[in-house]
Amino acid sequence: MNLQIAMLLGQDGMTNGAIYALLALSILLVFTVTRVLFIPQGEFVAFGALTMATLQAGHAPALVWLLALLAVIATIADLLAGRRDTGRYRFGTGQALRLGYPFVLIGLIQVLPLESLPMALQAALTLALVVPLGPLCYRLFYQPIANAPVLILLIVSVALHVAMVGVGLLIFGPEGARTQPFGEGGLELGPITLNAQTLWVLTASLALIVALYLFFERTLYGKALRATAVNRVGARLMGISPVFAGKASFFLAALIGALSGILIAPITTIYFDSGFIISLKGFVGSIIGGLASYPVAALGALLVGLIEAFSAFFASTYKEVIVFTLIIPFLLWRSLTSRHVEEEE
Amino acid sequence: MMLARVETNTATRTVLEVRDLTVAYGKVEALTKANLVVGEGQIVTVIGPNGAGKTTMLSAIMGLLGSKGEVSFDGSVEGVPSVERMVTRGMNLVPEKRELFGEMSVEDNLLLGAFQRYRGGKRDHRETMEEVFGLFPRLKERRRQLAGTLSGGERQMLAVGRALMARPRLLMLDEPSLGLAPLIVREIFRIIAELRRRGVSILLVEQNARAALQVADYAYVLETGSVAMEGPARTLADDPRVIETYLGLGGKHQDMLAT
Repeated sequence: MNLQIAMLLGQDGMTNGAIYALLALSILLVFTVTRVLFIPQGEFVAFGALTMATLQAGHAPALVWLLALLAVIATIADLLAGRRDTGRYRFGTGQALRLGYPFVLIGLIQVLPLESLPMALQAALTLALVVPLGPLCYRLFYQPIANAPVLILLIVSVALHVAMVGVGLLIFGPEGARTQPFGEGGLELGPITLNAQTLWVLTASLALIVALYLFFERTLYGKALRATAVNRVGARLMGISPVFAGKASFFLAALIGALSGILIAPITTIYFDSGFIISLKGFVGSIIGGLASYPVAALGALLVGLIEAFSAFFASTYKEVIVFTLIIPFLLWRSLTSRHVEEEE
Repeated sequence: MMLARVETNTATRTVLEVRDLTVAYGKVEALTKANLVVGEGQIVTVIGPNGAGKTTMLSAIMGLLGSKGEVSFDGSVEGVPSVERMVTRGMNLVPEKRELFGEMSVEDNLLLGAFQRYRGGKRDHRETMEEVFGLFPRLKERRRQLAGTLSGGERQMLAVGRALMARPRLLMLDEPSLGLAPLIVREIFRIIAELRRRGVSILLVEQNARAALQVADYAYVLETGSVAMEGPARTLADDPRVIETYLGLGGKHQDMLAT
C-alpha cells in the first residue's frame, strides 16, 4: 500500500464515517429521550435515497400513499383516544394539518416537473416526503406503549424494521438505485484529490452536527428534549409532555436518516434493504459512546468508517465481520470501567 | 381511630377543590375519598405519618397517577387531569425526590421551569428568573454549576425556584424539609411564608408537623389513606390528639427552629 491508496481509503472511510456519525447521533438521541432503540433508522436512509432516485427518474414516488395512509390511521387513533379520555371527539388544527399535508404533497407531485427540478428542490421534496413518517411512526407504534419496558420497545422496533423493509420492497421494487452526484470535479489538495461528493458529505454532516449542537445547547426546545433524557418525571412536571418529546426526537431521527440517504445515494447503490447494515454501523458507533456520550459516539462512528475502508482493502471478505467484532472490545471496556450509579433517594 | 371534625375550610375563593379522590394501586386503595380545599392565597398543609397517602394524593391531583374523583382547579373540573394541562393552567408540583435535571446547569433547570409558559408565547422568563434569584441568592451564585453538584438545601431551593419559573397559581410542595439540616428547613419555611405574601397559594405536604402547622392557615391530617381530622392550623396545633401523635411534648428547640 502506498500513500495514494491510503489517502483514497481514508477519504472513503471519512465519507462513510461521517454518515455513520450522523446515524449514531440520531440513534443515541432517540434512545436517551424515548428509551427506544431505533432499529428502523436505516429504513429512513433507504427511503431517503430511493425517493430521491425515484424523483430523479421522473416518477411519482408511491411513498406518498404510505404517508397518507399513516396520517389517516393516526387521525382515527387520535379521535378514538380523545373520546376515551374526554368523552368527545376532538379535531383540532394540528390534526387537520397532519391529515391535509400528504394530500397537498400528492397534488404537488402531480403538478411539478419532477425530473427537471433543481437538485436542491428534489432533495427538499424527498425530505418533505420521508421525514413526516418519523413522528407518525412514533404516534402509531410507540406512543401507546411509551411506558413499556425497554425490551418491549426493542421488540416493537424490530417488528417495525421488518415491516418497513417489506413496505420498501413494495414501494421501490427490488432494483437498486444510485442518484446523480451533487457536483463534478474535486478539490486538489497537494498529492490528493478530494472528490466533490466527499466534500459534500463531510460539509453537510458537519453542518448538521453543529446545528444539532446549537439546537440542544441554545434553544429551549432543545433543552427540553435533553431534560426529558435526563429526568423523565422532572420533565413532565415542567409540562414537557412525553408525546412532544417523542415526536420531536423521531422527527429529528427521520430527518437525519433521510438526509444521510440523500448524501450517500450518489456514492453507493442503495437497495430497499440496504439501510439496515448502514444504520447498524452507526449503532456500533453509539455503543462505543456507551449510548450516552454524543461526541464519543460520533468519533466512534467515524472510526467504524475508517476501519471499514481499510479492512475492505486488506481483507474485503471479512469487512463486515471486522467492523462488527469491534463492538466486543468496546463492550468489555465499557462493562469493566463503568460503575452502576445508584439512583438518588 | 380519630373522629373527623365537623369543620371545613371556609376560604373566600378556592383555588383547588378535591372531592372524593380515590387512588388504588391494584386492589389496594392508597387514598380513599379524600376531600380537600385550598383557598386563594392560603397555605394548606397535609400532615400524617409515613404511608398515609400524602404523596399519592399530590401525584393524583397533578395527574401523575390515575385516580377516581373530582379535581377542580381554578373553578373548572378536570375529570382525568393530565400533568401538561395542569402545568399550563398554573399548578406546579415540587416532588419529594426533587427530580432535577442533574446533568444540566442551574440556569437551564430554571429556564425549563418556564417551558410551558414559553410554549404558550409568554416570553417573560428573564424577569421571572431575576425574581427567583431574588428569593434564592444562592442559586444566582451557582447558576453555571450542574444541578447534580448542589448540596441538599440548594437542590430543594432549585426545585422550588424551578417550579416558580412557571409563575404558578398553586404550588404543591411534597416534603420540602426532607433530609435537610434544621437551619435550612427554617430557611425553606421562611420562603414558603414569603411566597404566600406574594400571592401564591400553597399546598404543603409535610412530616415535620410542627413547622408545617406553624406556617399554614389550614391543615388536614391524613391517616391510612383518608382524612382523619381537619381544621385551622392553630386549632390543630393545640389539639391534644395531634400534639400526642405528631408534635410530642417539649420541643421548645424545634419550635424555635420552625419560626
